[in-house]
Amino acid sequence: MADDRQDSGAIVSAVASLGHRVNEALLRLGFATRFFLMLLIWSGQSFRRFNLTIREVYFSGFQSLLIIMVSGLFIGMVLGMQGYETLQRYGSADALGVLVALSLVRELGPVVAALLFASRAGSSITAEIGLMKATEQLTAMDMMAVNPIARVVAPRFWGGVISMPLLAALFSATGVFGGYLIGVVFIGVDEGAFWSQMQASVDFRYDIWSGIVKSFVFGIAVSLIAVFEGYDAVPTAEGVSSSIKGTVVKSALAILALDFVLTSFMFREA
Amino acid sequence: MSRKLLDLWVGVFVALGVASLLFLALKVGNLATANFSETYPLTANFVNIGGLKVRAPVKSAGVVVGRVGDIRFDPETYEAVVTFNIDGRYRFPKDTFALILTSGLLGEQYVGLDPGGDEAMLKAGEVIAKTQSAVVLEKLISQFMFNKASEGSSEK
Repeated sequence: MADDRQDSGAIVSAVASLGHRVNEALLRLGFATRFFLMLLIWSGQSFRRFNLTIREVYFSGFQSLLIIMVSGLFIGMVLGMQGYETLQRYGSADALGVLVALSLVRELGPVVAALLFASRAGSSITAEIGLMKATEQLTAMDMMAVNPIARVVAPRFWGGVISMPLLAALFSATGVFGGYLIGVVFIGVDEGAFWSQMQASVDFRYDIWSGIVKSFVFGIAVSLIAVFEGYDAVPTAEGVSSSIKGTVVKSALAILALDFVLTSFMFREA
Repeated sequence: MSRKLLDLWVGVFVALGVASLLFLALKVGNLATANFSETYPLTANFVNIGGLKVRAPVKSAGVVVGRVGDIRFDPETYEAVVTFNIDGRYRFPKDTFALILTSGLLGEQYVGLDPGGDEAMLKAGEVIAKTQSAVVLEKLISQFMFNKASEGSSEK
């Protein structure tokens, strides 16, 4: 009998903790929505001091240039090599340019650039805001009648949103160059066929524009997750570290899930 | 870091980003070459369109003059109704022949326009009367096999 009671006690506590977690997640989701709205409302005030946003474009955009361009180059080179390997079996190595350009512009450019951006810039934004919270700088700003959302959060958010499409475009462009380097310069695919077939199959509105829209959406998602995780961090060393982890994990999941949704909207063959 | 230097680097970053967008649009994409600013529609009915897709090119003498805009099925005639968007600069005679062709042996399918000799030109929205359907490889092979088989039996 005593065993039974203990068992049922364990089940009850398991159910209770599950309910507690769901409750907590919903609470955070609600707070995140409210936070996003506050962010939009206070953005107007933060744009009046636009040099704050420019500073953040420098930190999250310009400083990510190296990693974005080097990764783009290597991914383009790998695409060139693997694509050639498969295409030449079917005697259509001329279509290498199409393969490299379409896979970069439609999918890999926006997605990989956003993943890199989340781990390079998103995590540092979270760490910065989280640490500001842990050392009570945000509270101090509030005391001095400086709104921390307008002063700290909004510039970082918009800096990320502005940087992301530019970084994705740079990634795709260096990737195409990498594919060209391997395909044309090293393997010896005909240069004219490489570019002309690419231009014949890549449509500006259908392919490139969709890629830009995708990277813009990813930019909003990643920046929002990064600033929210920092703002909502538990103000201890452990709490900040766990929100940085949260930024990277949640951004990656959000990017991949959003990519699936956007792709199924954008690229439906008739 | 001073604000001037910061502005400079952000300027460099934005310029690089815009330059790569231009590169994508002009060198990778077809914004410069195949941007039909003004198009007019033409339709044609085909018995069988094979693997023709929306956005497939419409070519005349090998030059891209338009794109397939829409493909529908007509439940009364049991034919495929294909709408093309043709570049506004080009006009085609009334007796133009529309064929569904394949680029290469296994390549994508496109629409070929063979202009006739008629003086009157096709106007926007008009129907191309003379069409030739896609060649279905299976039909061709079975026809060939059938002919071969009948040849073999007549020789005996």
